[in-house]
Amino acid sequence: MQMYEEQKSSCPVKVPVECRFSPYTDNGGTTLAIAGDDFCVIAGDTRQSEGYSINSRYAPKVYQLSNGSVLATGGMYADGVTLVKMIEQRLEWYRHAHDKQMSSGALAQMLSTILYHKRMFPYYVWNTLGGLDEDGKGAVYSYDPVGSYEKQKWNCSGSAGHLIQPFLDNQIGFTHQKEKAPLTLERVVQVTKDAFTSATERDIYTGDNLEMFLVTQNGIEKTRVELKKD
Amino acid sequence: MPINEVKPATGGFSFDNYARNTMLNDKGFKAPGVIKTGTTICGCLWKGGLVLGADTRATEGPIVADKNCEKIHYLAPNMYCCGAGTAADCDATTGLISSKLELHRLHTGRQSRVVTAMTMLEQMLFKYQGHIGCALVLGGVDINGPQLYTIAPHGSTDKLPYVTMGSGSLAAMAIFESRWKKDMELEDAMELVKDAISAGIFNDLGSGSNVDLCVITKDGVDYRRGYDRPNERVQKERSYKLKPGASTVLTSSFRKYVEVLDGDAMDTS
Repeated sequence: MQMYEEQKSSCPVKVPVECRFSPYTDNGGTTLAIAGDDFCVIAGDTRQSEGYSINSRYAPKVYQLSNGSVLATGGMYADGVTLVKMIEQRLEWYRHAHDKQMSSGALAQMLSTILYHKRMFPYYVWNTLGGLDEDGKGAVYSYDPVGSYEKQKWNCSGSAGHLIQPFLDNQIGFTHQKEKAPLTLERVVQVTKDAFTSATERDIYTGDNLEMFLVTQNGIEKTRVELKKD
Repeated sequence: MPINEVKPATGGFSFDNYARNTMLNDKGFKAPGVIKTGTTICGCLWKGGLVLGADTRATEGPIVADKNCEKIHYLAPNMYCCGAGTAADCDATTGLISSKLELHRLHTGRQSRVVTAMTMLEQMLFKYQGHIGCALVLGGVDINGPQLYTIAPHGSTDKLPYVTMGSGSLAAMAIFESRWKKDMELEDAMELVKDAISAGIFNDLGSGSNVDLCVITKDGVDYRRGYDRPNERVQKERSYKLKPGASTVLTSSFRKYVEVLDGDAMDTS
């Protein structure tokens, strides 16, 4: 790409032509994570879109990392892929240096540092990190693109984040309600499915498939549910 | 006439607030959004008439505003019109032209002609220089036989045997270009239009939900609302009905709603 190239034409007047390149794009999609007492559910839809077009009906944006954590990346797909590649490399270096897996708490801090190192040209990604902590309890960390992060019990971000988050506040957090039902894995999976089928109804960027990672002491189970394709 | 004398409105749009709104816009005020039917609409001719088709999704930015809206509008007993673009403009424009056609029929005592409707729509849209944001597919049958037109927001028109409009027009046209033939049977034409709209529903994010069809012949109209419904919602996993008294009561007081007056002491003798 050449910037401010002289116009090549038969026109006798030389006019500078401005060239523009936009490095960012929003590929839509929604991600969700909920932490229980001894489990964690991380989910995301698999539609990848741009404008009014669907690039792919199955482009997963939730990744199982080698230390047993799961990372959901919303926003720009290419930046998410790049970020996950880099995290995987850093996890391998950590294993070589310390002869053990990185804990989810350490990974959470490292991800924040990686994001802030690109403060002036950020990865255009809204991350949600889920897994189990050192005590085997469910943990969810959510980030903005420049590394501000917070440990949470539940989080939903992306194109339908504003539709689902209040639903989770009500059904997972039981805000302003007298009775609080126990948070079982079964209940969380049901609420996650209903959140995504409902978001698919009203958000044009959410749909096609739902991919869920159920993290427990026994390991990680990956499940897929079909969503509407329109 | 004095420059400051206010004349009564003579109909049409009022541009009174144009300068003010431009000023507000320049100062950073964001005007409220409008509902657009990011749409797939189309129509095609067959042996005995024509078929119009439309999807049923209306959007407001990335949000679905209406999952089952009607985009095939009535113009006359022998004419219907699919609308894409700003929903309010499509409703108002087709409503106005429909009314004018009805008066014209009462005046002339003859059936409305498709060219008449087309010319009225064309001239109206051209007059407003594209500010009325509707892209139309007009179809009807008159003494000259079945005819199909498209009318773009600036007022340009096309007369073709198969047409598509809206954000899903490329997906729908791909189907027509590969499968449309001259003098098709009704069933084949309906299937083709259904598939063209479906292509828009599944491949264009601005289009979705159901397929509406409208078959027009010299003998009448067959309006098929919800002809195909390929996007029914799945059963929810849980019921979200709250028990009565689920929400916490922080305080309760009736005193601010009533006036407490001193009265006579109750007789307890």
